Amino acid sequence: MALDVSPEFNQKTGMGNLDGQNLEVEQKQIALETQKLSAWFGDHHVVKEISLSVEKNDVFALIGPSGCGKSTFIRCLNRLHEEGEGARVSGDVLIQGIGKSGGRENIYRSGVDPVSVRRRIGMVFQKPNPFPGLSIFENVASGLRLAQVVRRSVLEEVVETSLKQAALWDEVKDKLKKPGTSLSGGQQQRLCIARALAVRPQILLMDEPTSALDPISTARIEELVMKLRGEVTVMIVTHNMQQAARISSQTAFFLMGELVEVGPTNRIFTKPKESKTEQYITGRFG
Amino acid sequence: MLELSARDRRRRVTNVIAIGALCVLGFLAITPLFFIFSYLILRGWGGLSLDFFLEIPKPVGEEGGGMANAISGSLVLLSLTAAFGVPIGMLCGIALSELKNSFTARVLRVAVDLLTSVPSIVIGLFAYAVIVVPMKGYSAWAGGFALSIVTVPIVARSTEEILKLVPRTVHEAGLALGIPRYKVLLRLILPGVRSGILTGVLLAMARVSGETAPLLFTAFSNSFGFRGLSSPTASLPVQIYTYATSHDETWRQLAWTGALVLVFVVFCLNLLTRFLVRKS
Ligand SMILES: Nc1ncnc2c1ncn2[C@@H]1O[C@H](COP(=O)(O)OP(=O)(O)O)[C@@H](O)[C@H]1O
Ligand SMILES: [Mg+2]
Repeated sequence: MALDVSPEFNQKTGMGNLDGQNLEVEQKQIALETQKLSAWFGDHHVVKEISLSVEKNDVFALIGPSGCGKSTFIRCLNRLHEEGEGARVSGDVLIQGIGKSGGRENIYRSGVDPVSVRRRIGMVFQKPNPFPGLSIFENVASGLRLAQVVRRSVLEEVVETSLKQAALWDEVKDKLKKPGTSLSGGQQQRLCIARALAVRPQILLMDEPTSALDPISTARIEELVMKLRGEVTVMIVTHNMQQAARISSQTAFFLMGELVEVGPTNRIFTKPKESKTEQYITGRFG
Repeated sequence: MLELSARDRRRRVTNVIAIGALCVLGFLAITPLFFIFSYLILRGWGGLSLDFFLEIPKPVGEEGGGMANAISGSLVLLSLTAAFGVPIGMLCGIALSELKNSFTARVLRVAVDLLTSVPSIVIGLFAYAVIVVPMKGYSAWAGGFALSIVTVPIVARSTEEILKLVPRTVHEAGLALGIPRYKVLLRLILPGVRSGILTGVLLAMARVSGETAPLLFTAFSNSFGFRGLSSPTASLPVQIYTYATSHDETWRQLAWTGALVLVFVVFCLNLLTRFLVRKS
């Protein structure tokens, strides 16, 4: 694997000049890489051989017109796609390992338990979906409580830090026992973010997390995503291009299940290489 | 401009006639209910006393006595149903909703629907063949078995319907946290629909508490009270059936009062379910 570079090697190099070629050596670690990732609903080929990589602790945006397979793609990354009826996936997704080896692991290798994958890759959905009947506290604690064994004192601490990370703590600290569904839409979405962060995922997937929210709630969530940079790798789907431009450093443009272009957000929005990308960002379709 | 045209006028008249017809039909529909209730109160109320609930029936010709045997028997039979039929029905409903449209689920769904339409006398006959005959006698077990079979499809279907109402996204939120599927179901989905499932269970219990046919040759009857799960056991509907068709005036009075009590209990169960529905 060309990209399989150990961290030490990363730091020492920088002027790697082999065979007279000016090799750009990866400065950052890769948190996630997809290799020819395809997904189907029955016979409908929805995601077509997508290969891209996401830098660690970065914010990566996925844009494209609706129906182009953004959600399906992102749902392949935590092995949620396969839960649907008639759903199928092929290709590989590599994430950083947590073992001593530090090598990368393919989440689609046979024998890998999807449940353990999902503990390391969190997800926030389009519509806020707190667990009905569970309190705010229980909602945030649910992942730890039901997927891991955690002591009560630790739990309280994690709930507090997660709610603070999701910029919700001040609003709910006095009513942690109230049902999660009693919050406003924007608060519910931040609750869902806190719930996802509570299990300390390596990667956080967000599927149009603000499309159901008002502008103020949207701004708060964008703000918190920017704060998360450096702590967790975020991959965010959005059909709001301004949003992608504001919060991400890399952007990929999808069209009809194919990856048209990927690169630094700045460049994608100012000097796209593909004419389709240009048409899309200048609002000529989609 | 604002004057009514002939067409508007015709529409108004049609409207009044239609509403009138609906009112009459609606009234016709609730009339039987009204008469049943008033007649039951008229005939049954006089027999209500503490003795009715605490005494076993007296032999023919003697005054007094109650239906304690039938009341306790019914409670035993319903408890057996709650202990076996209800959980099996719930599991069945959960399986149906989890397996969605798989082949197994489709087969199970057809089976459940068929079971719903089997006449309860046939279910009684089946229980007679597989429990009463091998055990060489009528028993509460056999009655509870028959009532459980009546309950399973009702509870299964209502449980499935309630679970279907839980948005898929809640399920996915749980899975996305790395929570195993069974725990998502048991700890995150089911607690949220408790009262809905309970409503279905109560309706099913209300329904079986009046079942007579499956008990006639399974639990049978007795006139001395509960003597263990392996003995013949009385129940309100069977006792009402026996006493109402007897020639003893005291017994016939007991039957009317028993009917009043039975209808009252079923009525309360139904009200309780309405209350639960409103709450959730
Ligand atoms: N549950 C499903 N069953 C069948 N087809 C689906 C399903 N969900 C999405 N699709 C199809 O897959 C394609 C991609 O959908 P999706 O990934 O949701 O797009 P996006 O998120 O970019 O709007 C669409 O053509 C859509 O019709
Ligand atoms: Mg989508």
